[in-house]
Amino acid sequence: MSRCLADRSIDHVILERGQVAHTWRTERWDSLRLLTPNWQSRLPDFNYNGDDADGYRTLPEVIDFIANYAKAIAAPVQTYTTVTSALGTDFGYLVRTDQGDWRCRTIVIASGGCNIASVPAFADRVPRSVVSITAQEYRNPNQLADGGVLVVGASSSGTQIAQEIHRSGRPVTLSVGEHIRAPRMYRGKDLQWWMDAAGVLDQRYDEVDDISRARRVPSLQLAGTPDRSTLDLNALTEIGVKMVGRLAGITESGKAQFAGSLRNMCALSDLKMGRLLDLIDAWARENDFDDVSEPPHRPLPTRVEATPPLGMDLTTGEIKTIVWATGYRPDYSWLKVPVFDRKGSLLHDGGVVASPGMYLIGTQFLRRRKSSLIDGAGHDARDLSEHLAAYLDGRLVRERA
Amino acid sequence: MANDSSVDNGVNVEALIAAREALSKAPQAALFKWRAACEWKNGTHSNSTVEGFYGLGQEQQHKRTFNFDADHPEVFAAEDKGATPVEYVLVGLASCLTAGIAAVAQHRNIQLRSVTAVIEGDMDIQGILGIDEDVRNGFGGIKVTYKIDADAKREDIEALVAQSQKRSAVYDIVTNPTNVTVVVN
Repeated sequence: MSRCLADRSIDHVILERGQVAHTWRTERWDSLRLLTPNWQSRLPDFNYNGDDADGYRTLPEVIDFIANYAKAIAAPVQTYTTVTSALGTDFGYLVRTDQGDWRCRTIVIASGGCNIASVPAFADRVPRSVVSITAQEYRNPNQLADGGVLVVGASSSGTQIAQEIHRSGRPVTLSVGEHIRAPRMYRGKDLQWWMDAAGVLDQRYDEVDDISRARRVPSLQLAGTPDRSTLDLNALTEIGVKMVGRLAGITESGKAQFAGSLRNMCALSDLKMGRLLDLIDAWARENDFDDVSEPPHRPLPTRVEATPPLGMDLTTGEIKTIVWATGYRPDYSWLKVPVFDRKGSLLHDGGVVASPGMYLIGTQFLRRRKSSLIDGAGHDARDLSEHLAAYLDGRLVRERA
Repeated sequence: MANDSSVDNGVNVEALIAAREALSKAPQAALFKWRAACEWKNGTHSNSTVEGFYGLGQEQQHKRTFNFDADHPEVFAAEDKGATPVEYVLVGLASCLTAGIAAVAQHRNIQLRSVTAVIEGDMDIQGILGIDEDVRNGFGGIKVTYKIDADAKREDIEALVAQSQKRSAVYDIVTNPTNVTVVVN
């Protein structure tokens, strides 16, 4: 966005509570890799230029990439500046920070959708003998006591964390709710290559049946595995991770309750994956890719045991740690402008927020399916900066909410 | 989504979609209360009636009063005057899933020709008889087997069944914990 605003000579400042790439530096686990291949993890005029185009960037490499981009575009970043509030004024907005106030006509919310780790309310019933940690706080297995670990959530974070912890010698039980299964490689090509080529990542928010549901869908169960193997529930079962259903509750006596719906959760996920692969196969056929790639195939169905456990006593000492990989939500507590619906979600149309001159960028399916990927930032920034520029020029008349 | 009016499973999907729209704007109206009244007859035989429920902001009435006899079978030294309560639960689950299959099929323009299900819940009665504390009172597991004849590929039919479970009230009641409060007046 900064790059686009600079291109339009729009005076702006970026307020960052830490250093550039702060969240990558402080809220992600050590061994994390992007789940998009390097060639795809690009910004406009700033592509990957290493020698492993099909590989997946490590956390330090991501941090360098973002920091180098900020330098390359000479982004006007005010570091170590925490926004404490933003209010509407007669001319625009007053943004208060711990380093002083800013007055502006327009404001772009680029703090992302992952500020707060979501944890169910009943997490406060976890017995004191068990340590609770979120995916946001998790760094590596050495943080954890020896002994069993219950990982809650089987999307991208949960599966990667479960694999790493189990391999460290701490037996993992994985609680599985809704998840979006996908093979890493399909017909010899990266799944992200197919999704890019077939236009799936470019699907627009106004082309989707139920956009608010699409924006709440959990992350693709995909990992940037260096050997390009698929990290799905079958792969985890193979190394001995125990699958149980969605964590539905914890009783007052410290017993975890797992839903009896594991079989259908896995069936739903397998079917959804089948539909994505059908779409890819159809595109391959129509675009003459059938001859250059391997023939269509389907990963084996998710194996679910006949009677998965429905409960686990958390007071026995069998489980020493619970890792909550149960998603994130944004923190808009600083935003004192009435732009929220009754559930606290931001009201916006593809990033144009319901208050004149206010924009949102970098959240799931904001404008396109790729909006929350690095590769999606460029398009969205171009679209929204155009709208912002028109607003500043007075070419757009907006009513104050 | 294409609206193929030749597919008719008898489900008024347009009404459901309209209701969904309206209720998302008026969530209070979405708060329903379902009820039944139960009267003991003799032994393990009781009779329950369902006539009214609350929803859309007011009391509602079914078109007629529905009646349910429940009892235990003769092998339980009872009189078999009605299905057992646990069989009512199986009926509830099968009906809910079947209704869901029809609704989803209508929404997805799939013509159903026939849908039958067989449902079975296994139960070790040492639980309810208090013989073995490690055995639960309820079902050890429930299995539902559907036979579906429809104008669709196998994956699409499986997807109907999977989606029906995803949105089923009774499936949720049976697979997830529910608070139950019993008081004596």
